[in-house]
Amino acid sequence: MQSPIPYRKLLVRMIFLITLTVIIYSCQDAERLNQDIYYTNGRDIYIKKCQNCHGDKGQGLGQLVPPLTDTVYLKENKRKIACFIKNGMSEKIMVHGQSYEDKMPAFPEMANIDIAQVTVYISNSFGNNQGMYTTEAVAADLKACP
Amino acid sequence: MPKLPTFVQILFSMKLKFPPLFILMLFIAATIVSCSPDRKLPIYGQRTLSSTVDTIYQTIPAFSLLNQDSMLINNKTFDNKVYIADFFFTSCSTICPEMHRNMKNIFEQYKDSPDLMFLSHTIDFKYDKPHVLKKYAQKLGVDVPQWQFAYGTKEDIYKLAEQNYLVAVNEDSTARDGYIHQGWLVLIDKEKRIRGAYDGTNKEAVAQLIKDIPVLLAEYKK
Repeated sequence: MQSPIPYRKLLVRMIFLITLTVIIYSCQDAERLNQDIYYTNGRDIYIKKCQNCHGDKGQGLGQLVPPLTDTVYLKENKRKIACFIKNGMSEKIMVHGQSYEDKMPAFPEMANIDIAQVTVYISNSFGNNQGMYTTEAVAADLKACP
Repeated sequence: MPKLPTFVQILFSMKLKFPPLFILMLFIAATIVSCSPDRKLPIYGQRTLSSTVDTIYQTIPAFSLLNQDSMLINNKTFDNKVYIADFFFTSCSTICPEMHRNMKNIFEQYKDSPDLMFLSHTIDFKYDKPHVLKKYAQKLGVDVPQWQFAYGTKEDIYKLAEQNYLVAVNEDSTARDGYIHQGWLVLIDKEKRIRGAYDGTNKEAVAQLIKDIPVLLAEYKK
């Protein structure tokens, strides 16, 4: 009969590995859970504050309101979104190759966490997939507003 | 104990024993189904009695406004047309975009139809001059004669809204964009009577309007 030690070693290693995997997974789950909470709350804010103009599918309205489906534009301008929401926007922008020049109203009443949540919703809907955007990131981005 | 015959068995036996009766029943059923009366839209507004005809219904009175091309439009522009009227302003960021998104969907369905027109009145008499309306119509993608955008004095527009189309509008400095108004899409028939008012921001209401337009148009096909 062979020595049981290698088996025991293997068993210990396996348990260790499984534990490690579970720990890593649960950490990711917690992060994912947080993002999901932001996303769900963000959707409520979107319906209240954004949907009238930008539409329930982020489709925009003619050449009056830009759609939110241009994933490239949203990715390139992610750090500016917080300023757009908080202070409004009147600069001319190109979205999907179409120019938009009308003013977007400001939402100064929105707290940083509201901005973070609605941005998580927008940047993970309508074909976008940008993941988490924290309240701290909003604070940092707002400091850089023009 | 004899079993109770099932419905199918009765039908079957009837079919075998009394084919004429069965056919007659079918015929009566078909007649009842096909004879259900045509749906008709109600007529809204104040009614008055007259000595010559039974009832005089409230109608949209003569008006004269400027459109997005700075041309005069009046109620003759809408003669022999069914039309949908609403009140909005171009800088409105609350209910107007949703109203016009829904209205545009209807417009797309009836594009180039000779029977249906659209009339949007601005309540922002200070800023929404005809050239502003023109730009708005172009950007909305509806700058065609079938959809008229109307500019007028405060007295004219507000009186039309409140007394004739029965839509509440007002200036309000406490409101976000300076005005408050209701988002009704008002359906007007060829006799210029109000045949329906639908909340232009409500999905179900707009769906009802989309169902009602053909019902109203059918009245004129006979």
